[in-house]
Amino acid sequence: MNVFNIAARELRSLFLSPLSWAVLAVTQAFVAYAFLVKLELFLQLKPHLPGLPGAPGLTAIVVAPALKAAGMVMLLAAPLVTMRLVSEERRSGSLTLLLSAPISMTEIVAGKFLGVMGFFAITVAVIVLTPLSLLAGGTLDFGLLAAGALGLLLLMASFAAVGLFMSTLTAHPAVAAIATFGVLLALWNMDWAGTGAAEGVRPLFTYIAVTSHFNALLQGVVDSADIVYYLLVVASFLALAVRRMDAMRVGN
Amino acid sequence: MGERSLVEVANLHRRYGDVHAVQGLNFRLDRGEVLGFLGPNGAGKTTTMQMICGVLAPSEGAVHIGGVDLLEDPIAAKRQLGYLPEQPPLYRELTVDEYLRYCAQLHGLRNRDAAAAIEETKTRCGLEHVGRRLIGNLSKGYRQRVGIAQAILHRPPVVVLDEPTVGLDPIQIREIRELMSELGDDHGVILSTHILAEVQAVCDRVQILHEGRLVLDEDLAQLSKKQQPRSTRVRMRRPPGREVLAGLAAVTSVEALDAETFRLHHGEDETLGERIAAASAAGDWGLYELVGESRSLEEIFVELTFGEGP
Repeated sequence: MNVFNIAARELRSLFLSPLSWAVLAVTQAFVAYAFLVKLELFLQLKPHLPGLPGAPGLTAIVVAPALKAAGMVMLLAAPLVTMRLVSEERRSGSLTLLLSAPISMTEIVAGKFLGVMGFFAITVAVIVLTPLSLLAGGTLDFGLLAAGALGLLLLMASFAAVGLFMSTLTAHPAVAAIATFGVLLALWNMDWAGTGAAEGVRPLFTYIAVTSHFNALLQGVVDSADIVYYLLVVASFLALAVRRMDAMRVGN
Repeated sequence: MGERSLVEVANLHRRYGDVHAVQGLNFRLDRGEVLGFLGPNGAGKTTTMQMICGVLAPSEGAVHIGGVDLLEDPIAAKRQLGYLPEQPPLYRELTVDEYLRYCAQLHGLRNRDAAAAIEETKTRCGLEHVGRRLIGNLSKGYRQRVGIAQAILHRPPVVVLDEPTVGLDPIQIREIRELMSELGDDHGVILSTHILAEVQAVCDRVQILHEGRLVLDEDLAQLSKKQQPRSTRVRMRRPPGREVLAGLAAVTSVEALDAETFRLHHGEDETLGERIAAASAAGDWGLYELVGESRSLEEIFVELTFGEGP
């Protein structure tokens, strides 16, 4: 119960801050740009497509790249949304309200995560509206679109968990933001390290990279292994955040 | 463990690295009691309050709230607590009503109970007219009141207030003190302050903390005995010699302040003033001022915290 109260308060405060609106606006603008560029490409290719066996459709050419672009913007924007989750409350002293209330640390962390996920779910919903506009003049592969949207949502869940943990480490939101960005960038590009590595190690790096799982979902491959990967990332960072909050009471 | 004790603190320690901020505190708080924590800055008042409220984990020792061990069952223990930290824990972007509703939810109050509790608390804290205003736009005094409202909203048996009257104007201070006395009727209240008059105005019991230790734990009634006059100032038109004054029973020494004014140091003696007046009448000293100089709480405080008499 308290988890949802905390989540609702968090979501409300996010929408009361101009930063969240700016994040939504910039994300939307960039996704629209990527969308239009790919739409242009599709219109150029369109005359040749019917002749090709197994040719990609409208969704694969336009929607998947637009969602991938959205993922990239969120790599930059998510740290700005998550940076204040705990650090700001520590700074302003309002964290004491939660710490002295009859709530467990797990509830506090889960509430904050769900609150920010509420915001990210709205972001994904707004992003998905753009491809839906194609229905005015064509048909969409809804399975592919749903897989892509799921991929984006899971990607953002992992970003939110990382950001929440980083926010528990410091009382300075800007420090939390840059630290989150660093971790996310590393996760995003982890497979670079794999390219030069020995045969046996390469799959490990590819597995750790968030992009490999995101790309699979964008291509419409819903593999439970990819979903488990995201759930693992989320669970690990949330568990770390709970531990860190507990340690905050003991140390100082 | 006593039946009535709301708060029991046993052998409480807290270390910050090398700093031993709280060193073995033991005390208890009963229902209907207002306990004042007094001490210079850095004495460990805030640290102690944070430990009682579960915000900070003690390095050693135990805290029981209403018989529940705070470390073993923090949620059940915290249910009985209301806490106003030094810095009121407010969300500037919410209105007063929204904020109080959130606090009510956190303490598990359901819709109807919550609405009733919010209305009652707003009246108690003088917040009726600011319910729809953003907390960030309120003056410091009003923010402090919202902080107090948050602490008493769910009618907790134990209310802990860390410097509740800081930043308030004199009229607000009086209102808040009245509120604290009222709370003391059916709650247990712990408050910290460095305003000594506040302790005398609202507290039943005072504890003075110094360098992490309790240097005084006394009922205010007991304390006022300690404050009995130990010196009397007399002014006379035609003073007799010092030796005559020193010869009065119970007087230990005489200090001449000017030609007409003397300070008589003496032991506890309630009849001295009377006897001086009688002696003056008999000897025609022309007595026109007679003041028993009580020891103020300030002096006791200074004596205890600096380890020397006034």
